[in-house]
This record gives sequence, C-alpha cells and structure tokens, in this order.
Amino acid sequence: MNMSANLALLLLLIMTAAGAILIKDLIGAVLVLGSYSFFLALLWAWLGAVDVAFTEAVVGAGLATVFFLLTLFLTVPREDEGQLPRGQWPAYIGLPLLGMLLLYIAEDLPAFGDPASPPNVHLAPEYLTQSVPLTQTPNVVASVLMDYRSLDTLIETAVIFTAGVATACILRRSSVRGSRP
Amino acid sequence: MVHAHDSLIVQTIGRVLIPLIQLFGIYVLCFGQFGPGGGFVGGVIMGTSLVFAILVFGLRGLWQRVVFRVIRGDGVGLLVFAGVGGLCLIGGGEFLNYTDLPLPGIEGATRRFIGIFLAQVGVAIDVAVTALSIVLNLADSSSET
Repeated sequence: MNMSANLALLLLLIMTAAGAILIKDLIGAVLVLGSYSFFLALLWAWLGAVDVAFTEAVVGAGLATVFFLLTLFLTVPREDEGQLPRGQWPAYIGLPLLGMLLLYIAEDLPAFGDPASPPNVHLAPEYLTQSVPLTQTPNVVASVLMDYRSLDTLIETAVIFTAGVATACILRRSSVRGSRP
Repeated sequence: MVHAHDSLIVQTIGRVLIPLIQLFGIYVLCFGQFGPGGGFVGGVIMGTSLVFAILVFGLRGLWQRVVFRVIRGDGVGLLVFAGVGGLCLIGGGEFLNYTDLPLPGIEGATRRFIGIFLAQVGVAIDVAVTALSIVLNLADSSSET
C-alpha cells in the first residue's frame, strides 16, 4: 500500500472519529463508530499487527456495536442538547499548543520497524527465535499471550468473566430467572 | 423476550450465514497458533453467531432452554483455563508452566503446544458465553420497558 492510500485511510479515520462525536442521533453515531473501528483495523493490518487488526475488526466493529445498539434501545436514542459550558478559550489555546508539543516530541521517536529501537533489542529477539523450538507455535503473538504471559491472560479472562457477572447482577430481571418453560 | 425477526430475507440469509460464521469461529480458534486469531477472537466470533441466531430466530422452546443452560455456565471457560494451570501443579511444576502437564508419552514443546491450545479453548468459551449473557440481559431488560 503506497503513501497516498495511507493518507486517505488516516483521513477517513479522523473523519469517522469526528463524525461519531458530532452526530446528534446516537444510533447513527454508533454505526459511524463501527466504521471507525473498521478503518482502525485496516490501519493495524497495514502496520503488520494482524492479530490486533483481527480483534479490532471483530470486537470494535461487531460486538461493541451490538452492545451499544442494545443499550440505546434501553434509553432515549438522542443526545441531550444541554447547555454548552461557557469559557472554553483555555481549551482553544491549550490544545493546539499540546498538539504542537507532541509533534515536536514525535521527532525523537525511533523510526517504524527500527531494529535498533529499545523494544526490538530487549526481549523480542528471544521470543521470535525461541517460539517454535520451545512451544511449536509459529504465531509468536499466541505463544507470548498464552505461554510466556499466561498469568496475565488468565487474569484478563477473569476480568471478562467479572464483566459478564456484573452485567447479569445489574440487569437480570425476573423473566430470565423465572422463565424456565 | 426476544422475538423472531419477521423478514423472510433476514431469516434466509441467517440460515445460510450462521453455520458458516460458527465454522469460521472454530477455524480461527484452532488455527490461532499458526496464524492470526486465537481464543479471544474465536470466542467472540462464536458468541456473535449465537447472538445473531437469537436476534433472527428469536428464543423459543428447546432452543430457549439450551441458551439459558449455556449462560448459566459463565465460569466454565475460566475453570478450563485455570484447570490447565492446576494440572501443571499436579504434574509437579509451577502454575501454568505447560512443560509439566501430566500427559504421558508427550514431551517438552508438544506439551506446551497442547497447553496453549487448551488455554485458548478456555478463553474462547469464557468470551463466547459472556458475550451471549450480556446481550441476553440487555435485550431482556429492553423488552420489559
């Protein structure tokens, strides 16, 4: 993919992100947010992070959209047109300054894919070379997540489980509990 | 309760697509050690296919009973994952150190391979059931209001 396609992708990403914030109709905003996740997944795939792209496409564009839509059916699908807070001039001055500062700092970051950058010389070579001999797993992401960092993944699974239980505790009503036919 | 979608087009497309999506989810789960994918993504795809089935065909009869049994087993995936770690303890090693899985006749790297796969199955079950449970609870509350 050449540079102009990347720029178009980034532009679409910013446009959909702004659209998701600016659109007043919340169902439309949720759908725009789903397309934002899709463009983000394309961007991850371009950067070579295929696993992250896959997860972003499935969760961001698929499951989260369903969750948002179902939540909106429980509420009024319209943003409250409340009073905008007064005195926003510090934001108008401060945010561009912050952006310029970040752009200035970004000059010092290592180039993308630089083999001499600190993350690429510390543990990554060991993972890349030892994954197949030690675990027979060519996908290094899977071996890192499930073997080298398996305790982290176990706790993350516990977090997902907790989210499910918490949702059930808050939302479960009598019809689920008592509807054994 | 969730009612079936009344459009013939949606039902026909669902009838064709849902088995394909489930097959793809199982493929992603089993292929996660060789390519992109793995337990989390496979579980989300399988859970989403079940959600799709519920939204298209509704919840009735035997299917409803099966689904409610399924969402009661919310912790089974976590139990599978932690159980693999416990098996490693029984085999004489550290928690979640797959080299010590008590599998006779299999050594070293292959044990790690099997351990990673079992852990991914646990993650997939946990994620799929949690997604289904959250969607059912949300849909159930919305139909009561």
